[in-house]
Amino acid sequence: MSTTLQTLWDVTVGPFAEFAFMRRALVATLALAISAAPLGVFLTLRRMSLLGDALSHAVLPGVAVGFMLAGLSLPAMALGGVVAGLLVAGIAGVVSRATALKEDASLAAMYLLALALGVTLISRQGSQLDLLHILFGSALGVDEQGLLLVAGVASVSVLALAALYRGLVLETFDPVFLAASAASSGGRPWVWQQSFLMLVVVNLVAGFQTLGTLMAVGLMMLPAVSARLWHDSLAAQLLNASAQAAVAGVAGLLLSYHFDTPSGPTIIGCAGVLYLVSLLVSPGGWLPQTLKRPHRVG
Amino acid sequence: MKRTTLKIFALSALAASGLFAAQANAAEPMPVVASFSILGDLVKVVGGERVAVTTLARPNADAHEFTPSPEHAKAVLGAKLFVVNGLSFEPWAQKLAQSAGYKGETVVASKGVQPRQMAAEAGYPNDTSHAESDPHAWQNPLNGVQYVNNIAAGLAKADPSGAAIYQANAAAYAQQLKDFDAQAKTQFDAITPAKRKVITSHDAFGYLAARYGITMLAPEGVSTDSEPSAKHVAQLIRQIKREKIKAVFMENMSNPKLIEQLSKDAGVSVGATLYSDALSETSGPAPTYLKMMQHNVTQLVSGMRLN
Repeated sequence: MSTTLQTLWDVTVGPFAEFAFMRRALVATLALAISAAPLGVFLTLRRMSLLGDALSHAVLPGVAVGFMLAGLSLPAMALGGVVAGLLVAGIAGVVSRATALKEDASLAAMYLLALALGVTLISRQGSQLDLLHILFGSALGVDEQGLLLVAGVASVSVLALAALYRGLVLETFDPVFLAASAASSGGRPWVWQQSFLMLVVVNLVAGFQTLGTLMAVGLMMLPAVSARLWHDSLAAQLLNASAQAAVAGVAGLLLSYHFDTPSGPTIIGCAGVLYLVSLLVSPGGWLPQTLKRPHRVG
Repeated sequence: MKRTTLKIFALSALAASGLFAAQANAAEPMPVVASFSILGDLVKVVGGERVAVTTLARPNADAHEFTPSPEHAKAVLGAKLFVVNGLSFEPWAQKLAQSAGYKGETVVASKGVQPRQMAAEAGYPNDTSHAESDPHAWQNPLNGVQYVNNIAAGLAKADPSGAAIYQANAAAYAQQLKDFDAQAKTQFDAITPAKRKVITSHDAFGYLAARYGITMLAPEGVSTDSEPSAKHVAQLIRQIKREKIKAVFMENMSNPKLIEQLSKDAGVSVGATLYSDALSETSGPAPTYLKMMQHNVTQLVSGMRLN
């Protein structure tokens, strides 16, 4: 009995107890799970599931400008990335308000422009360094700075999300009502949307820099998509998404440790397995829907 | 300093062959394109004043992931000779030559070099994902000799009137490389084989390691874009601690975070930067091929002394 317990301990806790890099990866992943996955739920509800991917390209001009001004300095490049991401998301938001374009369409246009600008800036510079490769981190290379960044961003963004929650829900489900009630009370409805986009950008850029693109976007979106299948209530979806992201993070790191697979892809693969399971057996998934159908017809 | 001796040698060779007066005010230098900075330097050494070299992947740039621009295509099209490394080091080079419509000769500088396989090394024999030949052949100075000979032959074919000069330049440089190799060998031999172990961020020093009996441990694969597994990193940390390895090096183009964290966890500090795939800027420690090799060997030796 005690040997079984010992083995269990060695398999699950041992790697984290022995290696600091495993602990840092774990904490960074959990921080991202708590803050990014709920944002992902809002993104799926607003039909902006691909925002994360778009932003991973949209930061390029900012990174290039940071590189031009300060050389190969990671803080300067990251700050440039945040500014570029905020500009792209912000302008896309304004365009979708002011014109007939939907948010995703204006975002697609903006991020392509940003990408083109970034590539041009980098080749004008004459350097063929892959700046994003240097800036973007990996799950096993999390340093103290990166850890503080992700944890700080996570704390701020959880608090901010709590403060924004009411307005954001209204804005997501019934923007017309929000606009009408805001007009009568003198409020500004766009504040909700822009603050939300700002949270998403800051979370993603912190995630890119610390854990890499795949991890940042994957942990934000995959658990959010599968959480939608489990619950109708928004609050439950938010909790479920964070929980799935955390489970995928722990399981992925352990699998990567025991089976010698690259960490980031393994963690996202675990989130993917949870998604497949959700697709099959969750209340909104294939099996229950198929079984339910006769009753609905009747 | 060695450059000057080389120039004097080349000049005397020129004067001796009676070509000097004729060549000094002869036509334009021959345009030659080299795929990356190290080859560019070698072509300059062999060609001297008779060639005008354009280097495509600049110093400190990653030639694995180079994206050519129209400017580069123009340079290739205008060239009399295109020098590439071969061994799948620059997959973009052939595409570039084709799309530019280049009709001239291409010199594969690594021709005749005994290729090394990437897999089954550094104590990770289960890693078969890189079972391809290692393109970084120039990391062995004796392969460098082969490189300059190939370049000299290519230049002579494109410009037969300069053949004697190219041969002489190549021979002089080859002697320098052999001298350097002998020096390096003595320096490494002075260190016991058990202590000849270093950690680097990029698995590009296989030829150097094989030549001088060094064990290189790297947390990444041969290509700069692969991601390591937690198991691999954990094994490295255990090995560093167990064998008390102190020689940890960074390489000039990769993400420094992983190796910095790894050495921190293992309780060692990161040593100087090594140059593998690209030279440094002229102000840096590795502006030429020979200086790069000298820099790397000096750093490796002083690092290993700490082990």
